[in-house]
Amino acid sequence: MRVDVSNPLWRFRGIRAATWLFFAYLYLPIVVLIVLSFNENRLATIWSGFSTQWYGVVLGNDDIMRAATNSLVVATTATLAATFAATLAALGMAKTRFIGADGISGLIVLPLVVPEVVTAVATLLFFILIGFRLGLTTVIVAHTVFCIPFAYLPIRARLEGMDKALGEAAADLYASDWQAFRRVTLPLLWPGILSGAMLAFIISLDDFVITYFVAGAGATTLPVYIFGMIRIGITPEVNAISSLMLIVSILFVTLSFLVGRMRR
Amino acid sequence: MERPAIEARGLSKTFGSGLDAVHALDDVSLTIRQNEFFTLLGPSGCGKTTLLRLIGGFEQPSGGDIFLEGQQLTGLPPFKRPINTVFQSYALFPHLTVGQNVAFGLEMLGRPKKEREARVEQMLALVKLQGYANRRPTQLSGGQQQRVALARALASQPKVLLLDEPLSALDLKLRKEMQIELKRLQTETGITFVFVTHDQEEALTMSDRLAVMESGQILQIGAPTEIYEHPQRRFVADFIGETNFLEGRIEVAGDTAVAHLACGGKLSLNGQAGAPSSNGEAVTLAVRPERAVIAPAGAEGLSARIGAVVYMGTDTTYHLTLTDGTAFIVRSQNNEGARLDLASGAEVKVQIAPAAVQRLAD
Repeated sequence: MRVDVSNPLWRFRGIRAATWLFFAYLYLPIVVLIVLSFNENRLATIWSGFSTQWYGVVLGNDDIMRAATNSLVVATTATLAATFAATLAALGMAKTRFIGADGISGLIVLPLVVPEVVTAVATLLFFILIGFRLGLTTVIVAHTVFCIPFAYLPIRARLEGMDKALGEAAADLYASDWQAFRRVTLPLLWPGILSGAMLAFIISLDDFVITYFVAGAGATTLPVYIFGMIRIGITPEVNAISSLMLIVSILFVTLSFLVGRMRR
Repeated sequence: MERPAIEARGLSKTFGSGLDAVHALDDVSLTIRQNEFFTLLGPSGCGKTTLLRLIGGFEQPSGGDIFLEGQQLTGLPPFKRPINTVFQSYALFPHLTVGQNVAFGLEMLGRPKKEREARVEQMLALVKLQGYANRRPTQLSGGQQQRVALARALASQPKVLLLDEPLSALDLKLRKEMQIELKRLQTETGITFVFVTHDQEEALTMSDRLAVMESGQILQIGAPTEIYEHPQRRFVADFIGETNFLEGRIEVAGDTAVAHLACGGKLSLNGQAGAPSSNGEAVTLAVRPERAVIAPAGAEGLSARIGAVVYMGTDTTYHLTLTDGTAFIVRSQNNEGARLDLASGAEVKVQIAPAAVQRLAD
């Protein structure tokens, strides 16, 4: 965002210092974490020299790699399923106005504001009630559900920005509903779909609370594993995994942003 | 007899229901002939775009039927109608090139690649955009996008081309050029054009015939000269060009009819404006400003006082007030020697020939 410096409201004393303080508040802990991940010392909070050895240790740890694989499997599957559902929902909501459309629109994005621990408990109870054995599948199902609103919003925004006449033009030029969708709507919607998918992927990758509740034996994901490690004590290893996850997250959010801006 | 290109019978379209219901079209019937440049003219909200969308198949009628060359169209989706549309926003596909846009309809119809390519060349030449096939629509100016939209809609040789206010986004100069261009395209392709506009000048200059619409109904259909010179309704006379309205009562004496006007004067009416009528019947008469003549105070005619004189180069407009306070406008061409040297406040007479008087139905 750009602040208009010619606006006198923005020219008061101390604005620069306040800005720096704000950013420090936001990002200093993360910077510290990244720096300490290169700490040679076994005790994470005492600096004794630069080293990349902890990254080696992380990559060599079978438990961590298993958790990372779980995380990727869950995130990928949940993303695909959630994006598919979100795309259909967005198309359905955009196609016709109907009574109660606003209500349904609200219901789709409601999971964004429901306290996560409530969703977690509810999901766990539901699985137990229907006798679904906890494992990787339950994690994937739970993730799919809370990823849908994140995938839905960018797709819906993209659809809303599209000229309605484009679909009519396709139909006018002899394209059947399916042809119009495949040749016109889908290509134009694609950046929104990719953007939504990447957002969903990140949300799934980072999730702890719900996963912690519904993961069964052998379904430990990376955030849950890190939580387990931290209970024993903060080690440079934890810092190294966290840094790696951070990089993946930033990468995906950036990509999602760039793709979302494509052909606007 | 030749079958009409489009025939609408008792078309109605209602949006919403109950108290919120909007009757966009109310029992509209019309016939559009083959190879005709037909215009639907009216203010916004008069139902002209709804009528166009019903013909295109983007909306289904609440009642009535539409026929294309005698075949029932009602119920068919847009992609099953040999009718193409030029949209107000052009609606070019931004992810396709100009060439792919123009070829889109033919591709959907399953025409071979060779034919499509030849046709794209031909259509781009027709709209004078040779060499633009590989550009993206976003790289073109508004006028060029307009031409691509035309080429795309004409490429599959539709039986009827629908145009939804296609010139409204262009500036005045470009609009004039495109008016001539559209007329040329229509003559060259021989395709029936149905054109929607709220611009009366556009409608008069381009159309073979036009329909004037208001509140979901067609008020009058006719050639531009007929509509302009013989408007049948007050709305038509008022919407198209400038008009003076005179109120009065008819007096019939033998073969001739005379209107006694509210301003005290008399106007003799010719056959069209006079008959059939009965004594004492109230009438509204319309007179175009250029059909009335100003004469000196001593001459025959309606008494009037000059309010303002506006010199406009090719002609001069006199804003007059009749004796009962009715405003009346006279426009006269500035031919050599024909200019009257009249100042504001002068008493004059207004002379109106019987042929210049048009009797209105409301």
